[in-house]
Amino acid sequence: MQYLRMTPELFIQYLFAGITYGIIYAIVAIGFNIIYNTTGIINFAQGEFVMLGGMTAITMTAFMPMPLAIAVAVLITMVIGALIEMVFIRWLESPSVLRMIIITIGISILAREAALHTWGESVRALPYFIGNEVTSVTILGAKISPQVLWVIGVCSLMVAGLSLFFKFTSLGREMRACAANRRAATLCGINAKNMVTLSFVLSAGIGAVAGCVMSPITYSDYEMGPNLAIKGFTVAILGGLGNSLAAVAAGLLLGIIEAFSVSVLPLAFQDAIATSILLLILFVRPHGLFGSSEAAGLKEF
Amino acid sequence: MLKVRNLEAGYGKLRVLKRISMHVDPGEIVTIIGANGAGKTTLLHTINGLVKVSSGEILFKDNNLGRIAPEKIVASGCSLVPEGRQVFSTMTVEENLILGGYVLAKKTMGGIDAEIARVYELFPVLKERDRQLAGTLSGGEQQMLAMGRALMAKPSLIMMDEPSTGLAPLIVKNIFKVILRLRDEGNTVLLVEQNAKAALGIADRGYVLETGKIILQGAAQDLLQNRDVQRAYLGRETD
Repeated sequence: MQYLRMTPELFIQYLFAGITYGIIYAIVAIGFNIIYNTTGIINFAQGEFVMLGGMTAITMTAFMPMPLAIAVAVLITMVIGALIEMVFIRWLESPSVLRMIIITIGISILAREAALHTWGESVRALPYFIGNEVTSVTILGAKISPQVLWVIGVCSLMVAGLSLFFKFTSLGREMRACAANRRAATLCGINAKNMVTLSFVLSAGIGAVAGCVMSPITYSDYEMGPNLAIKGFTVAILGGLGNSLAAVAAGLLLGIIEAFSVSVLPLAFQDAIATSILLLILFVRPHGLFGSSEAAGLKEF
Repeated sequence: MLKVRNLEAGYGKLRVLKRISMHVDPGEIVTIIGANGAGKTTLLHTINGLVKVSSGEILFKDNNLGRIAPEKIVASGCSLVPEGRQVFSTMTVEENLILGGYVLAKKTMGGIDAEIARVYELFPVLKERDRQLAGTLSGGEQQMLAMGRALMAKPSLIMMDEPSTGLAPLIVKNIFKVILRLRDEGNTVLLVEQNAKAALGIADRGYVLETGKIILQGAAQDLLQNRDVQRAYLGRETD
């Protein structure tokens, strides 16, 4: 066997790698969910938000300190998210789900081409937040890069922050109302269109933050979006569309499966795993691991 | 309060409402009765801005509602209790009411607790279930919640679309009692019903809608005595 025997240290190492990727997938999936919940569509440009966040931050570090560069990049991506909604989605009058999905695919191609022209094909990365690529901390005998802890920490904070936002703020409550019943929300006097814009802004924001913290370890380039979108989509479906806590569980599951697959399968198969899981779940349990088939039956898409 | 003049509206090329004129004065219950597909719901949706006006006008407190977005119409004091309750089923009873108070909270910068207390006083059963998910309520309770949610906006005109649908007679009686009480407290109600007998029983005036046209109007008592109404909507044989 050319593969290493699994030692406890190696196990921890794989586990952390799995959690890191898993939580990134979860963030992309939550981005899908936020927009899905208010509009009923899958925004296939979600991966591009991650790309734009990372790439913009890398450019900005030339002009300002990194924390500020990241903040500016996240803000810019949020504005782009709002513009995308206002230019392409808002003025459509009762568009079909399919039409909106195709629009988001178009937006994703547009964003990628724009990124190619702006930044070229080169692969870039933000500097490590603490230390450099060889700095490590030892956890249970395994050597872990501090950046991994940054990714896990920041993404967990975002997940917690989002659930608090949706549960306890009035704006969050109004967004949930639009998700639960858009017409009834309108009849309460809530401007549902603004809530849709807000959902694009939120999704763009969390995508951009993820794009920044992951950049030092995963690198950023103009075409990283679709791959992330497929992983995030798999996770969103696996958890059950619209359910963000389930997305975290499903994200960690996929991340960890991928990480451990390296020890039994050639690396080239890693990306095939997500696609296989996606196909399997769509055939066997289209409402996801945690969703109910009854609720799925009522959904338009 | 509300004046509708020569109103026409519909979906795409389909004209559902044909030159409808009607009005509602402050402090009265007006009912619109008619069979399935007569255009009752479309009329309410057009007043509320959910369906576009093709021609004619809708004057609410002397403002033309013609091209105004539904959420602004709600903010101006015209609330609709939609057909089939349409509660936020994944949210609690209390959250539903808080959301109903959205326009009020915006106007008064907070203070909706008094309104919530008033709704609980009107429907004590909602108070008992305030932490329960709205989707788990019975049909009657959901109807009360939908009414309570609309009342949270302190509307000057409250429109109700078929509140009796699918409910047991005893519960219908209860709900109609509340509508009467709302009128006695100075509210104005526009009630759309298929249950013509019950609706005319509590209303001051009524309109009969048939295939998008108003074919009869008058005091509710007169309509109850009207032979055509009796034959067509009250299921009473007259010879």
